[in-house]
Amino acid sequence: MNLWKDFNAGLIKENPVLRLMIGLCPVLAVSNNAVNALGMSVAVAFVLICSNWVVAAIRKVVPDEIRIPIFIIIISTFVTISDYVMQAYFLELHHALGVFVPLIVVNCIILGRAEAFAYKNPVLNSILDGIGMSLGFALALVSIGVIREVLGAGSVFGLSLFNPAVAATIMVLPPGAFITIGFLMAALNKMEKKVL
Amino acid sequence: MELFGIFFAAFLINNILLIRFIALCSFFGVSTKIGTSIGMSFAVIFVMTISSAVSWVVYHFVLTPFHLEFLRTATFILTIAALVQLEELYMKKMVPNLYRAMGIYLPLITTNCAILAVAFLAIDYKYNFLPAMVYSLGVSFGYSLAMVLFAYIRERMALAPIPKWFQGYPIAFITAALMSLAFLGFTGMFGL
Repeated sequence: MNLWKDFNAGLIKENPVLRLMIGLCPVLAVSNNAVNALGMSVAVAFVLICSNWVVAAIRKVVPDEIRIPIFIIIISTFVTISDYVMQAYFLELHHALGVFVPLIVVNCIILGRAEAFAYKNPVLNSILDGIGMSLGFALALVSIGVIREVLGAGSVFGLSLFNPAVAATIMVLPPGAFITIGFLMAALNKMEKKVL
Repeated sequence: MELFGIFFAAFLINNILLIRFIALCSFFGVSTKIGTSIGMSFAVIFVMTISSAVSWVVYHFVLTPFHLEFLRTATFILTIAALVQLEELYMKKMVPNLYRAMGIYLPLITTNCAILAVAFLAIDYKYNFLPAMVYSLGVSFGYSLAMVLFAYIRERMALAPIPKWFQGYPIAFITAALMSLAFLGFTGMFGL
């Protein structure tokens, strides 16, 4: 039951992007189409789950005073791995995501979960927390990506839905990201009053 | 002329906050008051210039000769964290007035992704030392401009009648969208 709660928290109630307002930069920057959004979600999920796992495993031997630099070294190791794997196998995606792949290292979600959760909890709970949080992140990122791609380019995951000439190009340009997330948050505010 | 182009592109056309979407946490976090946004802006200008100079030197004179480019992410973040601590100690001792003005913003900057992003981007664009400096100056001025303008708008907005569901962050995002739209208008200026 407790394990289920750890897993579930990240999905909606503590959704990192739409509720806690952390890790915003990649959400806005790479959500101009659904494929980029999915690629970024996978990279963040890999780093978050692995770093939660390692931090939880070594939490008893890490001295309290230097825990933050140790977390950062662990996180940047996994970020470097995902950066190089992406460069080797998904070069096109790597170009599209650009500087946002190495920037996962300063993504507040990852250091935040290491500090707030993995440092205090056993390995299994921490891995589940990592999975839940990265699913919540992916949910927000991919839904913004799909909305922007449909409205801005008339397609979803590259499959054409309607003539792109009638699509609102502004949605795939930078302002579209701010508009989408603004309306999504307002909708969530309204829903919360009714449902939760 | 080339340097002016780099500066102008970083300052307005590719504005780090509104077009490139880097460092948004600070953009929404500390922009509720004009005073704090100005303090943060000066701290960013100060730290970004120094840290991009140091990380450029570290990359080209330490990592490249030893073929350790893959350690770039870990090296840069540790360099910047150590540098911010040093700057804080130095300012506390030598310029206490300046320290009091921007002291609380300095530790926050370690986690500001704009600092790290500029260090990476200056390497990715293969800039030499001088263009890298001009680039980081342009980025930090662009950051300050967007930040202070946004803070002015948000202070006004506190008194405006806003629909209930849009109060707080949602309306801030819509405002940022309109500012981003305005900055998009600079695209193509000076043939950039």
